[in-house]
Amino acid sequence: MPRLSADRRHRIRLEVNGQPMAGEAEPRMLLTDFLRHGLGLTGTHVGCEHGVCGACTIQLDDVPVRACLALAVQADGGRLRTVEGLAPEPGRLSVLQAAFRRHHALQCGFCTAGILMSLDWYLRHNPAPDEADLREFLSGHLCRCTGYAPILDAALAAAAELRKAQGHA
Amino acid sequence: MKPARFDYVRAQSVAEVHDLLAAEGGDASVLAGGQTLVPLLSMRMARPQVVIDIMHLVELATIALTDQTIRVGAAVRQAELLAWPELAREQPMLALALPWVGHAQTRSRGTVCGSIALADPSAELPLVMTALAGEVELSGRAGRRRVAAADFFDGLMSTARRDDELIEAVHFPRRRPGHGYAFAEFARRHGDFAIVACAAIAGADGIRLAVGGVADRPTARDFAALDGSALDDALEDFARDLEARSDLHATADYRRALVRRLGRSTIAEARRCRA
Repeated sequence: MPRLSADRRHRIRLEVNGQPMAGEAEPRMLLTDFLRHGLGLTGTHVGCEHGVCGACTIQLDDVPVRACLALAVQADGGRLRTVEGLAPEPGRLSVLQAAFRRHHALQCGFCTAGILMSLDWYLRHNPAPDEADLREFLSGHLCRCTGYAPILDAALAAAAELRKAQGHA
Repeated sequence: MKPARFDYVRAQSVAEVHDLLAAEGGDASVLAGGQTLVPLLSMRMARPQVVIDIMHLVELATIALTDQTIRVGAAVRQAELLAWPELAREQPMLALALPWVGHAQTRSRGTVCGSIALADPSAELPLVMTALAGEVELSGRAGRRRVAAADFFDGLMSTARRDDELIEAVHFPRRRPGHGYAFAEFARRHGDFAIVACAAIAGADGIRLAVGGVADRPTARDFAALDGSALDDALEDFARDLEARSDLHATADYRRALVRRLGRSTIAEARRCRA
């Protein structure tokens, strides 16, 4: 790749939620801004913008990542999943999303997209977490409404449901 | 909270990184996982002319055992080292300390060498490197050299790396038979930077304790095999010599008290592990 100059926009091509997408970004553009303003995917929220709050967490190349701690140019050629890709079809929630609704795991909803993207990844890799594991993992997210207990309940319920669906309950 | 303008280069080879660093010197920043550099860019505390992304260099993404050390390449992410199956056997202190580095959501991207490069005095990996007396492998057009941790960290967020050098790898000494290793940290919340962190090694002929979060850099001291009040006195002297600072998070007195208490319990834990 040649040197991308600071004062020009450059073509960024990547896969988002299974679809090829493209946009333009200066080298300094954060991935959060590229997602929201470049691709119009406003489900990813921007909170502290320095990696503390976790609201902008997405999945990049199959790991959870703070989108505010990545540059759009770094994601060129990458594979992204955002909260827009969680629901299996319009009007239907994923198991994890439905558990969040059932357990009142969100109030204002600002932190929710990031927490969902983190937990979606975590439950795929740790199908039988205990509460301590989840607390440790959720320490990477700030929620100022719920007090976290309903989020833990939703995550445990979703884990159980996913295990049942896969037949190892 | 938006970075100032910079050029971006996705490096294709280590030689290209060396050439760019030789040409741009202090105006270039090496970008690895970006978990510290990107916020520094956003806050405009770092304003490089060019950012050199090294994460597509597969030759830097290796963990290897040498005779004496675990060699961790510049593109190895913290989560990858934590998941390395040999880790707890080869160096238990790293296995104990890595879960304290940021959160799972930042370890997925942050690199081991990046944390060493930024040299935050409260960060865990520089502390472990200091406790174990590891080495940093630097390379540039002029050649390659290895610098001991005690010489590498030379002040607050300052290192002996020259502007034209890349941290190509870091070396953590492998576990030595008959030695016990322990790590402990005190912070307000899990994932915060440490107010005080301690790393201890217990051997047959003595103890080594390293402390982070207190002085302007992680600092280690070797003690004879002391016990009881003699050990308390030695820890008191160490705490006094560290020139603790007061800040928003804790007073200097509080930090010294933590060095004595946490230092003592970390040494006890290292001894337990040795037994």
